[in-house]
Amino acid sequence: MKTNPAKAWLYLIPAIVFLGIFMVYPLVDVFIYSFEEGYNFASQSYTGTGLFNYSYVLHDPYFLQALKNTLILVVITVPLSTGLALLISLGLSSIKPLKHVFQTVYFLPYVTNTLAVGLVFMILFKKTAYTDGLINMMIQWFGGSSVDFIDGPYWAKMFVLCFYTIWIVMPFKVLILTSALASVKQDYYNAAKIDGTSTWRTFARITLPMISPMIFYLVITGFIGAFKAYQDAVALFGTDLNSAGMNTIVGYVYDMLYGDSGGYPSYASAAAIILFVIVLSITTINLMIRRKNVQY
Amino acid sequence: MKLNSELSSAAKHVKTRKTVLRILTYIMLSVWGIVVLFPFYWMILTSVKSYGSYNAEHIPSFIATNPTLQNYKDAFTSVPLAKYFLNTTIFTLITTACMLLVIIFAAYAFARLQFRGKNLVFTLFLALMMIPNELVIITNFVTISNLGLRNTFTGLILPSITSVFYIYLLKENFELIPDELYKAAKVDGTSDLKYLFKVMVPICRPTIVTVVILKVIECWNSYVWPRLITDDQNYFLVSNGIQEIRENGFGRENIPAMMAAVVVISVPLIILYLIFHKQIMEGVSRGGTKG
Repeated sequence: MKTNPAKAWLYLIPAIVFLGIFMVYPLVDVFIYSFEEGYNFASQSYTGTGLFNYSYVLHDPYFLQALKNTLILVVITVPLSTGLALLISLGLSSIKPLKHVFQTVYFLPYVTNTLAVGLVFMILFKKTAYTDGLINMMIQWFGGSSVDFIDGPYWAKMFVLCFYTIWIVMPFKVLILTSALASVKQDYYNAAKIDGTSTWRTFARITLPMISPMIFYLVITGFIGAFKAYQDAVALFGTDLNSAGMNTIVGYVYDMLYGDSGGYPSYASAAAIILFVIVLSITTINLMIRRKNVQY
Repeated sequence: MKLNSELSSAAKHVKTRKTVLRILTYIMLSVWGIVVLFPFYWMILTSVKSYGSYNAEHIPSFIATNPTLQNYKDAFTSVPLAKYFLNTTIFTLITTACMLLVIIFAAYAFARLQFRGKNLVFTLFLALMMIPNELVIITNFVTISNLGLRNTFTGLILPSITSVFYIYLLKENFELIPDELYKAAKVDGTSDLKYLFKVMVPICRPTIVTVVILKVIECWNSYVWPRLITDDQNYFLVSNGIQEIRENGFGRENIPAMMAAVVVISVPLIILYLIFHKQIMEGVSRGGTKG
């Protein structure tokens, strides 16, 4: 059926206008910003063009700290959360009673406000003048000595950040893996049963290969998500992440843009592009590994 | 005879192993359930402890001996929590309504209308899904600042009105509606617009409900953009409000009042989740990601 083309475009105009102004134009603009040296926010003028912004960012100790924090966060949380989610999903799909209740409970963190619940985690882990906090109390039950997880040593802060990140990302992973496990055809398991295949072998030879595309999907989205970590850190350590030494790359971008340390969109752009390049390379590497290893 | 008894003992062995495995599974699942629920328990518990009794607890107590609602009163009186709440509600409603209109029109054009360049435009739209928000937010901040829209609802709302993913989701759904229906409507002299809102939208209601809920969750929890664009407390959303409360609100030590605010902020979404958990989980597994 032929439609009047003008009419068709009329339907598309709102979407195109909004995407043009707030997605396409900024995408071009961010590259331009990143090459404009000495950009002044007030007069909107710049002194020259070149790679100085990138070099500044890469030599900024705050950026290097943020990069280090982000990398540690990625390396710890992606494998741990994926593995844990796999374990829990396998458990979930092997039971019948209470399955639905567990599923509903597990998904709850997805709908909660990261900032709000982060405060609860802060209170659980924080050590104040009045009290050592609940987690420290538990550590003491087992004979350990208490430590301030929020204002204390680096590894303690990193531990809370990783823990909270995993708590936040688990719902999505469990959901995806549970539905992937449910979609594996029962025929395969029946055949394995008749052949007397052991549970472990069934898992390694049937279940794992069948759900491997979804695991890779989770690894990739996990990498992307963890590289963009920011809100979890703010929730736990407050907005001044640099002084807490817990900044992330995204946090660095925003700090450069706005707030007490802000007003430098050029540095922010350079940092954002560096982040984008890192994420893009990791995703490409993942996809290459995937092509080699995933059977389906 | 001997073979029979051997078989039955082997079967018994397998059965005990299975039972043990089952028990271990339930233990593991319960442990994770507790890990998930405990922060919620702790936030409600702390919110009903009185300021005095909370600070007197050197060792945190798992129950509140004298539960009080005073903290909830404080949360609404000593910080503008009601204002944050109202702002977030306005922001969420307007954003979701505008987005719905934009995506319904776009999805309709892609699904039903024939025009030159359709496939090209649609491919370009899909390509935009890969652009991370962090990359475009810098210019958007500058754009909105230059337009003088900081600390306005317009500034808050404008950049989040379109979502390519939801256009895609709705388009797929619209395409499932048979062409015959459209032709019949045309014969009856129904206009395109009327057909869209009287036939297609009602048929695709489940998808639209899912999109609305996911968008509401996203709006309710949005933090980064509101933080960049507002520094006037009168325009704070709940996420920024809670951060403000944490840093300057009740005084750092009034944890119970802070927790009351956290409970108030979390409740609307938890209610939404309990009602719509099926749609939410289905929608998210169809391609949503956190953040």
